[in-house]
Amino acid sequence: MHILANPARFLSLARPATPWLGWAGALLVAVAVVSGLLVTPQDYLQGQSVRIMYVHVPAAWLGMAGWSGLAVASLMQLVWRHPLAAVAARAIAVPGALFTAICLATGSIWGRPTWGTWWGWDGRLTSMLVLLFLYIAYIALAGASSERGGSSRVAAIFGLVGAVNLPVIHYSVLWWRTLHQGQSITLTKSTIDSSILWPLPVALLGFTLLFAAIVLMRMRALLAQAKVEARLKRMAHD
Amino acid sequence: MRLLGQILWRDLRHAYAGGGSGGGALLPLIFFLLVATLFPFAIGPDAALLAKAGGGALWMAALLAALLPVDRLIAPDAGAGVLDQLAVRGIAEEAVAGAKLLAHWLGFGPPLMLAAIPAAGLLKLDGATLLRLEAGLALGTPGLAALALGTSALTLGLRGAGALAGLVMLPLAVPILIFGAGALGDQGAGALKLLAAASLLLVAGAPFAAGAALRAARE
Repeated sequence: MHILANPARFLSLARPATPWLGWAGALLVAVAVVSGLLVTPQDYLQGQSVRIMYVHVPAAWLGMAGWSGLAVASLMQLVWRHPLAAVAARAIAVPGALFTAICLATGSIWGRPTWGTWWGWDGRLTSMLVLLFLYIAYIALAGASSERGGSSRVAAIFGLVGAVNLPVIHYSVLWWRTLHQGQSITLTKSTIDSSILWPLPVALLGFTLLFAAIVLMRMRALLAQAKVEARLKRMAHD
Repeated sequence: MRLLGQILWRDLRHAYAGGGSGGGALLPLIFFLLVATLFPFAIGPDAALLAKAGGGALWMAALLAALLPVDRLIAPDAGAGVLDQLAVRGIAEEAVAGAKLLAHWLGFGPPLMLAAIPAAGLLKLDGATLLRLEAGLALGTPGLAALALGTSALTLGLRGAGALAGLVMLPLAVPILIFGAGALGDQGAGALKLLAAASLLLVAGAPFAAGAALRAARE
């Protein structure tokens, strides 16, 4: 962790890692999507619509994992003043919001044929929508506070506060059993048949690698932007 | 300790005397009643419908009224250098935030509970619902005040702070709204307990979040 405190050293690792992560993720996603659409059988109850799972579940996982990473980065920024933590948190926010939105959209499309409704005020759906609003608020707050110069810690405080929503999302299917199903997959067993299930871990890994590549790209862009601004300031002084 | 009492007293005086840096306790109240008046225009004056939806509408109005004073809670004191003076005297930002939270609630919660009585009349709520609404407001307004204080510390000195405050505060206020409106029903006891829990969590956390944000804003 502290090895990466030097931006130059971080960049020397991040630059070669970005294409590897990106292409590996794209390949895995392609494999999962093609086999999910063409190879796996349809569900006996849901028919073809079960295939939405291969996008919906990874998007939900990344939406939540995104805020978890954002909260950890915020904690590192507040406690250890890690210089790259603020950059990492900011870089995670936009793809995190995007995947949360994808999760909500695919869930809505999936809900129409299976539940008979686009949207219901179920605990899981509501808490996920709140997560999207939190992401948007974080992006706005981080944008406004970075205008004040440097990496302000205000956004990091909000990132930590917003993390209270994560356990609510996780346990929402247990607390309010209204519409969204409970957990089908745990580490040891799954209530989904393996003939349908197998592309899902491939898609999970693929989307996660893609997410990591996007975060690294955005971190590099943010660092480059900071460098440009510093150089402009120096030139203005000369 | 004495100084914290003075902060409390000063903020309260500003709130009730109007003017000054507090912005006045009256403004959110009038806003609250105004929203309560607008609601029948929006959904029609049907008494049964109003009685059914009115309690939730009043919770919405309370949420919006809590958002109203956010840009006046801390910014005037920060701009005038009062907060810097307190920091120089070695008083923790968390303590200042706690005193300001108490002062803000005293200027916001009880008046809102009073204003809920005529608002309940406007929306044709029956006595039992009004009682449950008042109980909910008594437990929920400290949480709303804590959220308002935390938000105003987080958005302190930022461009477009007013719009940002709504974006930051409203998603975090969702639990208060859900449990507050849930406590209006006949089986509202469970929701009332959850409302108290959410409110307590916000009140306990807000001084620390606001204190850290005040320190961060100074850098």
